[in-house]
Amino acid sequence: MHPALQGIITIIVGVGGCIGYFYFSNQFLDKVLFPAKGPNIGRNINRANMIRPWLFLAPAIIALGLYLAYPVVETLRLSLTERLPGGGSQWVGLANYSQMFGEPKFWEAMRNNMLWLIIVPAFSTAFGLLAAQLTDRIKWGNLAKSLIFMPMAISFVGAAVIWKLVYDTRPVDQDQIGVLNALYLFFGGTDPQTWLTIPLWNSFFLMIVLVWIQTGFAMVILSAALRGVPEDTIEAAIIDGATPLQIFFKIKVPQIMGTIVVVWTTITLVVLKVFDIVFAMTNGQWETQVLANYMYDKLFRANDWGLGSASAMIIMLLVTPILVWNVYNARKEMR
Amino acid sequence: MASVELTQVSKSYGEVEVLRNINLSIDQGELIVFVGPSGCGKSTLLRMIAGLEKITGGELQIDGVRMNETPPAQRGIAMVFQTYALYPHMTVRENMAFGMKIAKKPASEIDAAIENAARILQLDQYLDRLPKALSGGQRQRVAIGRSIVRDPKVFLFDEPLSNLDAALRVATRIEIAQLKESMPESTMIYVTHDQVEAMTLASRIVVLHGGDIEQVGSPLELYERPRNIFTARFIGSPAMNILAGEAVETGAQTVVNTTEGGRLTVPIASTDADKGQKISLGIRPEDFVITEGSDFAYEGQVKIVEALGETTVLYFDAQGGDESVVAKIPGIQSFTKGQTVRLTAAPDKLHLFDANGISFLYR
Repeated sequence: MHPALQGIITIIVGVGGCIGYFYFSNQFLDKVLFPAKGPNIGRNINRANMIRPWLFLAPAIIALGLYLAYPVVETLRLSLTERLPGGGSQWVGLANYSQMFGEPKFWEAMRNNMLWLIIVPAFSTAFGLLAAQLTDRIKWGNLAKSLIFMPMAISFVGAAVIWKLVYDTRPVDQDQIGVLNALYLFFGGTDPQTWLTIPLWNSFFLMIVLVWIQTGFAMVILSAALRGVPEDTIEAAIIDGATPLQIFFKIKVPQIMGTIVVVWTTITLVVLKVFDIVFAMTNGQWETQVLANYMYDKLFRANDWGLGSASAMIIMLLVTPILVWNVYNARKEMR
Repeated sequence: MASVELTQVSKSYGEVEVLRNINLSIDQGELIVFVGPSGCGKSTLLRMIAGLEKITGGELQIDGVRMNETPPAQRGIAMVFQTYALYPHMTVRENMAFGMKIAKKPASEIDAAIENAARILQLDQYLDRLPKALSGGQRQRVAIGRSIVRDPKVFLFDEPLSNLDAALRVATRIEIAQLKESMPESTMIYVTHDQVEAMTLASRIVVLHGGDIEQVGSPLELYERPRNIFTARFIGSPAMNILAGEAVETGAQTVVNTTEGGRLTVPIASTDADKGQKISLGIRPEDFVITEGSDFAYEGQVKIVEALGETTVLYFDAQGGDESVVAKIPGIQSFTKGQTVRLTAAPDKLHLFDANGISFLYR
């Protein structure tokens, strides 16, 4: 069958299935289970109305349970077991964790993740705020915004490929196609550098990619927030004699602090899960390992599901408090 | 404390002219009210004095110094906004201190200024609260306090009461009047669309309409001697009735034939040129009295009777235009719907306007 036809059939079956489910389950409830007639009409209507919300919630609860809650529990279980050669597994308690904590590569990933955690959200938010403010009052601001936002539309792997070319290195006697090396040589560098192999620096080169992607996100949200700052308070500050910088830092930024926190924490969540960029650019070599890539290495390359699950649990442990704070702040903002 | 002088001031946004050749001089210690319907340019004029809008023509002087290009902070003005415009992330104290902190004034001076303002406005116990923990009236007091702390030459108020509910509006209006009384040296400019606010607060009212000044004068001057039909109808509520008539005899007194056949002698001078001309006769609803004589101004059938106890308001069919003729008769009256009533007014309560709507007194 032609793939397009397959796609259309899938859409029809999927959408039709959803509509059918809601229609027929409600029909069943109202006509068969608790019909709105007969001697118990009042009781039947009340009961049907008590059940109805669950009919609507059921698909979501089942899907989330199956694809979200169950995997968490299963990962926790797997992280406490060890795969046996020839099939089956056995309970090993916290052995996977202690083995993992003994590995220098894990601590390297932890250290790098912490660096990412500080640098990427900070720079993305700062650049986003700067871009939002600067593009707000110029004629071609919207064009500038679109350009800054565009990386958001590129997949992380695509972005990694683009930036791999920026950091590319060719032998000394050839033209450098990597922009960074070209610039480096132009400004007096002697030999082309293999940027992605210089420890510590290479981590920062990877972070730049994520900053490049996330700045657009921060800018869009913060730009909307900046526009929400009442014009009157700015005019009052002008009359009070505040300079444009003072107005920005003392009047505007404090008023959008809630949004800044939400943007910051949202980017933090992305950073904690960062995988694609490292996977596609260095694959964790030259001391650029991060937790998500470490997990992938253990789980799918080494086939060590115990250790892989243990590292997944660590990532979840790190994400959870930030996630809770993020949701808390986002709700506060909405009020 | 200072005088404000506007000379041929105008404002245009590209092709659109919103204010034309405004000439106005405001003396020290005055409370001037700009009043007019929405879109008349009153807020724009205030914002031009504040420096928030560029002056596109003419000159603004404060205390005899040209201010057109001076940044707002150095004009010696303070402004109270309609929406209070308090900084939401600062406490009341910080809100009031912000301007002085920016100006790097010593802390002792700042504290003294805040204490003084807080005392005047009874804000002492709220100094450490955030604006969101205050009621609307308290917020507006803080906004006023913030302007007092600046110790300005000129206070600017941009519809400060329009975000308050009716009861609070009256209370705050009285507070502003008392504030003015306690600072007799200060010059204040106050913008409103509410003629009651204008009448009660102003030492002089500036009536603006469509970008022009219609009339400048004390509240009662505007009420008793309006320059034109616009001012006549804008000041006073319900608005002045404008009745059609014809000048039949002119001279030191003018004799007017009214549409319904009445004949009135008005003690207002007119010229020979007015003879036989269509004129407008202005009578305020509260000046109407019932008459049986032939010297009546209006005769018509009562359409609606509103008995308010202290007064009875009668509505009649509109005469030509679309505004009903309205009469306010004191006390409880026994009018019925459909009853034919003949109305007139004391001679000195009559106003005459020519075909261009200009009062005979100002020609």
